[in-house]
Amino acid sequence: MKLPRFWIHAIQALLVSLVLLALWVFVLADVLNEYQDTAGKEKTANTTTLKNHSSSSFENGKYLTRIGNCAACHTVAGGEPFAGGRPIDTPFGAVLSTNITPDPTQGIGRWTADDFWQAMHHGKSKDGRRLSPAFPFTSFTQLSREDTDAIFFYLQAQKPSSQANAPSPIQWPFHTQPALAVWRALYFSPGKNLPVAIQTNENQALKRGAYLVHGLGHCTQCHGTRNALGGLISHQTLAGGVLPGKAWYAPSLTNTDEAGPRSIDDTASLLLTGADRQGLSFVSGPMAEVVLQSSQYLRESDARAIALYLQSLTSLEPLPPRNKPAESTTSVSLQGAKIYDQHCVQCHGKQGEGIPNAYPALAGNRMLLMANPNNAVLSVLHGGFAPSTQANPRPYGMPPYLLQLTDADIASVLSFVRASWGNSAAPITELEVHQIRKP
Amino acid sequence: MFFVRIALALGLFSSLALAAPFEDSMAQRTLACTLCHGPQGKSGPDGYYPRLAGKPAGYLLNQLLNFKAGRRQYAPMQHLLAPLDDAYLAEIAQYFSKLDISYPAPAVTAATAALMMRGKTIAQSGDKALQIPACVQCHGMALTGVAPFTPGLVGLPRDYLNAQLGSWQTGQRKAHAPDCMAQISKRLSDADVHAVTTWLSSQSVPNPSHPANTQPSIPDTTPTPCGSTP
Repeated sequence: MKLPRFWIHAIQALLVSLVLLALWVFVLADVLNEYQDTAGKEKTANTTTLKNHSSSSFENGKYLTRIGNCAACHTVAGGEPFAGGRPIDTPFGAVLSTNITPDPTQGIGRWTADDFWQAMHHGKSKDGRRLSPAFPFTSFTQLSREDTDAIFFYLQAQKPSSQANAPSPIQWPFHTQPALAVWRALYFSPGKNLPVAIQTNENQALKRGAYLVHGLGHCTQCHGTRNALGGLISHQTLAGGVLPGKAWYAPSLTNTDEAGPRSIDDTASLLLTGADRQGLSFVSGPMAEVVLQSSQYLRESDARAIALYLQSLTSLEPLPPRNKPAESTTSVSLQGAKIYDQHCVQCHGKQGEGIPNAYPALAGNRMLLMANPNNAVLSVLHGGFAPSTQANPRPYGMPPYLLQLTDADIASVLSFVRASWGNSAAPITELEVHQIRKP
Repeated sequence: MFFVRIALALGLFSSLALAAPFEDSMAQRTLACTLCHGPQGKSGPDGYYPRLAGKPAGYLLNQLLNFKAGRRQYAPMQHLLAPLDDAYLAEIAQYFSKLDISYPAPAVTAATAALMMRGKTIAQSGDKALQIPACVQCHGMALTGVAPFTPGLVGLPRDYLNAQLGSWQTGQRKAHAPDCMAQISKRLSDADVHAVTTWLSSQSVPNPSHPANTQPSIPDTTPTPCGSTP
């Protein structure tokens, strides 16, 4: 039976109206969210002019800007600091960071502290446009008005750059204002993302740690588990996830089989020096750059506060199911042992024991034994240095093996290491290595 | 597992005989570099990777900074350098520049005498008609470079030299203006690139391989203005 043309048009009109109604509801929800939030509305005269800004809060702004690691995303490699242009990968395509120098036309030179608060706290630009959540306002919304002001005045004192902002190559329609309104209605309420247990807690160090982890440090942006729309899954905000566009896996910060804190001292040491206290475990990949540019400058009390907060979480979030180690075949182990002996034993040792303050131990190495094999494979493919830090200015390094070892070689040596010296993790297949090599 | 243990025992025995013990040194720290660039940064004239040992420190540091800032593109280099600060990169550059090691004789080339003659002419005399200065004019009479910023051209693989001249021609490699190498490389025809890289890669590295301290003064030449050698 064929429907009369009138009914076809009526159904089409109804569908379009429903979509428009849904969009309108989402936009309304987004506006209401903001309306209900009153934090920072009280405009204080002493923070809106540069003149009255003291040097101690300038130093504070410098510290906060470093710990928030603004420069990392807002500076392109080899480019002018804070002038933007670096592509930030998202599941929907890259978003280009913007110029946040005080240039009046290309940067934020005409912004007031209130405009900056609107961006940091509400995720909206000076003109009211919704910003892409690639800019982590979902974390920065936790920041106090005092801290955002300090960052603002520090940025306003930087060298202006006239570098123009380029349009982001992100796919349509993900960058449009209605799409962002929907996303915000689903995943963002200003100032409301700290766990309730923390908001009511008396322990100041614990609160400070939560503020740094969920707010300024925006750790959840990489270490959180995201759904298909790129929203953070609320009960797994630090449960680990693969970084968009890169194969690196940001491990869980709550699961002690991954990067959950073993002790406050070790976590603080990793953040400050790039290595644990024994010097047998090192940060690598994107985290090495975070330590280089940002976390090594944490005040020790702040590093310990972060560690304390993370430790308080270790039992809160559910552990993901782990792969059961399969029995590896003797031929793979033989081949893996041979490769280990040729390329790895000199630095990592006969028993995978490593060399303190130089090369990581492989026995019990959590990065190597995670269910997600990405970081282990990438470490062999690309090698890498530990970050140079004030505590470890001249780190040792590992060469890249991407041209020396085949996918099969890497699979067998990693499978061998994952099943030796008390290690017991599933083997890595040649196909997995191949997929990680070519993301 | 029994076979694995036997294999390990045999393998370890052989590797222990070869492996150097750990030491707190720059040589140890730069093992990450020398897998590709050869022991002590002594890449031979075969393969692809350039030698590092004995090259001028300023040149080496500039290249490390260029890779880190994305001005020179090679993904494995960029990944390795990302977590290192500039002070450490300067120390790495100093370390390789001070190494004084003797290089093996280059591989015998099957190139024709005419090709070698053309290559030698470009390297040692240039081509006035094409406005190509001699390589030796900036890279030193012995072609071991001029401290602190001009690299040596001998002891490098032909593939590497070809790739670099190609990069200068296409603008993938560049230097501060006036970008002399970009200008010169664009005046070289494919045949001349082939000739000069064939000749350069067949020259042996003199011992010592240190760069000269001053640019040679060659009569009847005007110095080429170069932004990379302030």
